[in-house]
Amino acid sequence: MSPVLSVRNLSKNFGGIKAVQDVNFDVAKGEFLALIGPNGAGKTTCFNMLNGYLKPNSGGSVQLNGKELLGTPPRKIWRMGVGRTFQITETFLSMTVLENIQMALISHHRRVFDMFSRATRLYVDEAMALLDLVSMSEHAERACSELAYGDLKRLELAIALAHEPALLLMDEPTAGMAPSERIALMALTADIVQREGVSVVFTEHDMDVVFAHSHRILVLNRGELIAEGTGDEIRANPTVQEVYLGGGTLFEDKKEAANA
Amino acid sequence: MGFYFAQLLTGLANASSLFLIASGLSIIFGVTRIVNFAHGSFYMVGAYLAYTIVTALNGGIFGFWFSIIAAAAIVGVIGLLIEMTILRRIYRAPELFQLVATFGVVLIFQDATLAIWGAEDLLGPRAPGLDRAVRIMGEPIPEYDLALIAIGPAVLAGIWLLFHKTRWGVLVRAATEDREMVGALGVNQAWLFSAAFVLGAFLAGLGGALQIPREAVSLQMDLSIIGEAFVVVVIGGMGSVSGAFVAAVLISVLNAFAILIFPQISIVLPFIVMAVVLILRPYGLFGKPGSEHVGTEEPEQPLKLMSQKSTMVLLAAVMVLAFSPAVTADFTSILLVDVMVATLFAVSLHFMMGIGGMVSFGHAAYFGVGAYAAAMMVKFLGFGMLPAMLLAPFFAAAAALFFGWFCVRLSGVYLAMLTMAAAQILWGVTFQWQAFTGGDDGILGVWPAEWASSDKVYFYIAFVLCLGGIWFLRRVAHSPFGYTLRGIRDSQTRAEAIGVDTKFHQWMGFVVAGSLAGLAGVVFAFSKGSVFPDTLGIAQSIDGLIMVLLGGIHALAGPIFGAVAFVMIEDWVTRLDYWRFIFGGIILVVVLLAPDGIAGGVNRLIRAILPNQKGGAA
Repeated sequence: MSPVLSVRNLSKNFGGIKAVQDVNFDVAKGEFLALIGPNGAGKTTCFNMLNGYLKPNSGGSVQLNGKELLGTPPRKIWRMGVGRTFQITETFLSMTVLENIQMALISHHRRVFDMFSRATRLYVDEAMALLDLVSMSEHAERACSELAYGDLKRLELAIALAHEPALLLMDEPTAGMAPSERIALMALTADIVQREGVSVVFTEHDMDVVFAHSHRILVLNRGELIAEGTGDEIRANPTVQEVYLGGGTLFEDKKEAANA
Repeated sequence: MGFYFAQLLTGLANASSLFLIASGLSIIFGVTRIVNFAHGSFYMVGAYLAYTIVTALNGGIFGFWFSIIAAAAIVGVIGLLIEMTILRRIYRAPELFQLVATFGVVLIFQDATLAIWGAEDLLGPRAPGLDRAVRIMGEPIPEYDLALIAIGPAVLAGIWLLFHKTRWGVLVRAATEDREMVGALGVNQAWLFSAAFVLGAFLAGLGGALQIPREAVSLQMDLSIIGEAFVVVVIGGMGSVSGAFVAAVLISVLNAFAILIFPQISIVLPFIVMAVVLILRPYGLFGKPGSEHVGTEEPEQPLKLMSQKSTMVLLAAVMVLAFSPAVTADFTSILLVDVMVATLFAVSLHFMMGIGGMVSFGHAAYFGVGAYAAAMMVKFLGFGMLPAMLLAPFFAAAAALFFGWFCVRLSGVYLAMLTMAAAQILWGVTFQWQAFTGGDDGILGVWPAEWASSDKVYFYIAFVLCLGGIWFLRRVAHSPFGYTLRGIRDSQTRAEAIGVDTKFHQWMGFVVAGSLAGLAGVVFAFSKGSVFPDTLGIAQSIDGLIMVLLGGIHALAGPIFGAVAFVMIEDWVTRLDYWRFIFGGIILVVVLLAPDGIAGGVNRLIRAILPNQKGGAA
């Protein structure tokens, strides 16, 4: 089966610094792919090139179902079927939870220039279904500004799923959350992803989250892809251990603890 | 050659006083993030004080320079008092509040100055010892100009030393970069802000005091300098003192030469330069993005459709309005037309600022273009009233399309400044282009058609157009278009991440707001029978801001309350002596006591009286 996303020769220089060098990978349909690496490894740079905020060096290619993403502005990448969540949540704080989802649907149905309908009456059922998906329907009428951070994260996930994306890009999805919330959010994400058949690429610092939920892990260091494999393979990989700890063992198996 | 050199020296001399006032403004903005409209008043008061002290002392060279410094020092003390009593309370309020509050101070100063020094222009003495002209390359150059040329760089050097060699100066620079961090490091911000404000006021006072040998001291000094001072600060980069110097020199020297080629240009030149600079360098020549305005506004509540009860109240109010001409005198109908025009203008401004998050200091531009387009169609093309009314808003839309394209590329206070520049350019063109626009004399004889000439009939025309416009804007506010605008205001990143072309959408929002302001202008033109350049002026723009602020920016009903209150208060207060003083006082009281405006205040009152009900006049 052809991959949903295929990244070829992705590189980025900032002046003389090679932030990302010649990165290649594929993402299969329904795959949950983690992008990890120490600080400064190039994760965020990589991510910002995928979602259109950064322009890579020429020569690379990022294709979504065979269509080139590079050189496309973020809003068009979204239209092509890429949803995204942010490290620090970005939502419309002056709207209700439901309206936030309705906005994504209004844009998806290309009605942002409609000046005569009542925005709050559009796509209510679809929006409620999405809120159900993230178990937020009882919060539908609440003001977004009153939500707890964990709920905002779930809301953002629902927004990102509104246009039935083929790919979800999640930048540090559990940053700023309590450990128990992290696991819950990622379990929810994994569950939805499996049901909807969406592929996910996410960056993450919390190794418990990474090992508990990703199907495959890519490790970046100094802008280069140094390892790739399942959780067990990565844990056992000497290069990765070298990078993270300068040798020695790494990442005790917390999988059981995480699943408990 | 000598002539051109003389022009250059004149330009440099002008640059010095412009630099003094602009540097103070820039320091105050850098540290406190307040756009201080009252800075022109400090300048004016500095000049008046210097005049009084110089004439009282009458004491030669020493007396003259002592008077200048003393005047500036007194202005510094006045600045301290204002900072401590007013501004200190509103540092965390939205920019709009601060701007309007400082405008209240401007009004109070205007009448206080009038009461103390009278309405006559005052001619100051020449500077003793510098009262002749010297010949340079054959051209006579006033000695005092040469002194000014030296004073500008000297003050710049002084500020540089202060900022780089003293602990206080380092703190000021640090606060300009990131005032949250400076606060976190345990610096007493209140004291730092006061000190920066005193320095800024002192410099403005000095700039004004130094002008007395060059120009008559008059009550118009404040507003005539403030526009240009803003421009200099924005071109230089807000918070940058050396930027202010470069910008002051750039503008003054360009102006000195440009008037040789095209004498009318001096009114608009600074604004054109500013527009060009902002488009090329969005933060000005030496500016950095820097720390944003940090306000602790409560997050806005979601929009609600009106409750049945509020709808009934509103309908009742509209009905009363509709039948009012039957029972009231003609002058009441005329006043009510003013109210409706002001309300549509305020609602259109609120659409742009409240819904769209784009603060405009120059919304009068589109009001004025609508008014002028209608007047010119009637006057020069012989159009009837109805076709002119129908077509004129499209001219306002075209102006908004043109200027909006530039404005939406910026954000925050820079966007606001560019809107002001746009309005000033249009104002300047209208004012100068005598043959086409009638210049200062305006266009007279723009009367409604025969059948609509009675005040009562015209009332109904205004009623239909203004209420229709207000209804339309409310409708749009609740539509996907309006929601998307609010979304962009809340989070540009999120809006983009759900596929919205944010700049284009804001641009269209700008055009909608401009068109409806234009419609208000059209109704205004026919109700007055004439149009004058003031319809595009700063004062008209600020009136709109005050209305929006009076009503409260967070409620759709806000501008309606605000405009009605504004016109009523203005109608009553302007009959009194010293009405500016009273009006400025009212503004300050509202800003300090009801920071969420009348609508917000009423809501709070309802909630206080009926604790179980949620007051939601959205």
